[in-house]
Amino acid sequence: MNFSVLTSQFWSLMLSGISLGLIYVLIALGYTMVYGVLRLINFANSEIFMVGTFAVVFAETGLTGNALDSEPLKGIQLILTLGLAMLIAMAASGFTAVMVEILAYRRLRARGSNRLASLISAIGMSIALSEAASVLTHARPQSNPRLLEKTSLGEIAGANFRVDTVLVLVAAIVMFLLLDRFVNKTRVGIAIRAVSMSEENAKLMGVNLNRVISVTFLVGGIMTGAAAFLFMTVYETTKFNVGFSLGLAAFTAAVLGGIGNLRGAFWGGITLGILETMSAAVLGSQWKAVTVFVVLVLVLLVRPNGLFGEAVQQARA
Amino acid sequence: MRLEIKDLHVFYGKIEAIKGISVVVNPGEIVTLIGANGAGKTTTLKTISGLRPVASGSITFDGQDISKMPAHDRVALGISQAPEGRGIFPGMSVLENLEIGKYFRKDRKHEMKEDLEKVYHLFPRLKERAFQAGGTLSGGEQQMLAIGRALMARPKVLLLDEPSMGLAPMMIANIFKIITEINTELGTTILLVEQNAQQALQRAHRAYVLETGHVVKEAKASDLLNDPDVRAAYLGTGAGAH
Repeated sequence: MNFSVLTSQFWSLMLSGISLGLIYVLIALGYTMVYGVLRLINFANSEIFMVGTFAVVFAETGLTGNALDSEPLKGIQLILTLGLAMLIAMAASGFTAVMVEILAYRRLRARGSNRLASLISAIGMSIALSEAASVLTHARPQSNPRLLEKTSLGEIAGANFRVDTVLVLVAAIVMFLLLDRFVNKTRVGIAIRAVSMSEENAKLMGVNLNRVISVTFLVGGIMTGAAAFLFMTVYETTKFNVGFSLGLAAFTAAVLGGIGNLRGAFWGGITLGILETMSAAVLGSQWKAVTVFVVLVLVLLVRPNGLFGEAVQQARA
Repeated sequence: MRLEIKDLHVFYGKIEAIKGISVVVNPGEIVTLIGANGAGKTTTLKTISGLRPVASGSITFDGQDISKMPAHDRVALGISQAPEGRGIFPGMSVLENLEIGKYFRKDRKHEMKEDLEKVYHLFPRLKERAFQAGGTLSGGEQQMLAIGRALMARPKVLLLDEPSMGLAPMMIANIFKIITEINTELGTTILLVEQNAQQALQRAHRAYVLETGHVVKEAKASDLLNDPDVRAAYLGTGAGAH
């Protein structure tokens, strides 16, 4: 135990915590969007993230020709390559999410099965996807080339703003704001909110339920794919089971903020990222997963509606 | 734009809620379904809107069989409903609630203003409350919003499920007055489900009496108002009632 780091490295830890937390936020949005419309925990979301990380590996190695000794990309070429890799990750995760819904949930829903059946189906999809990835990659870790040199842009109060950290901060916040706007201002977004309040009444408004559900999975998948890109840019390695710990943390973040609530996912993710980083600094990084579980259990025990639980209905306004 | 229900059967699980009813709503009419709780009135409206599946029998609208059509397509065809309990989206503003009433009309932008004005003209209260969350309205205001929202879709047939439920007498009179206005001024055909048989029969042209999933009487509304059986059972003023 080393509590002195909390004071000596406070701002540095805060920065790492927030940037880790923002990756959780984007994955948590995948859980929370789907929960909002279907009242279903999409356990396969962690594998939707995993698919995104592999997409980043394939995209970045493909785009740079896998030449380790080639000149590092610079300027506009670098931005385009990173942007394209991010789009490919978002597309891969979005597509996977939509397919998961069609394959694993849609027919159960049409048959009027209960939620437990969908939940089991979700766990089944999660296992199937991660096992498939395990077979395809021989369970070996996969790395993407380092396109972005992790140079420091400057230091504030001991917190080192590296290029990749800043990329995470900016990209994640922009993605979140875009989603918030989409859900609150667009026609489809309003339909998503209507379905989340009452499926039956949304149908009476002429809302095509299946289409709205598909869009919800697509958008949740796109957010998760963006998270996968940012994760790979910072950590540069993935494995078939990468979704397990990241997914669990993001799910905890969603529950912490109040599942079904977009802004709850945002604050829940950041809070969890900070807690996890601080506890790892104090207790040692082997305690990271324990922190996540303890937070999850405590929230479920003390505030099952999450920090922003009571405000869910209001926040959807 | 005739709505015709023929020998309709609807189940909830194994329980048969609608046991072969036939109802016709002609263009321009106000038709009311009256009956006690559990008679199948709400189920009939839900089935017309496509929220409950048809077990057997048919629903035709303007000559087209819509029995198997998805709910959202029926709205596009011109059948809108203000459901039982109003079905307001509580976290959305009054304006957003009205806007979503036009959800399926993709060309809605230029029509939106016009239709909002039409609804605000009928229910000036909604204009005052436009930016307030739907969930914070009083019962009567929520009912206005539910009817206004259904009208945003420019329906040919408007289905109203218990619009007077839980409202104060003044508000009930107001809502029924507006229902008549919608019928006469906008020319909208109305199928009205009500427990308040007195008001419903005064406003409607024709009426059906439902009992446990069957139609037991069908007549001009004014005739039913004077029918001794109906008075005894639903108006509480019949010869047998003390």
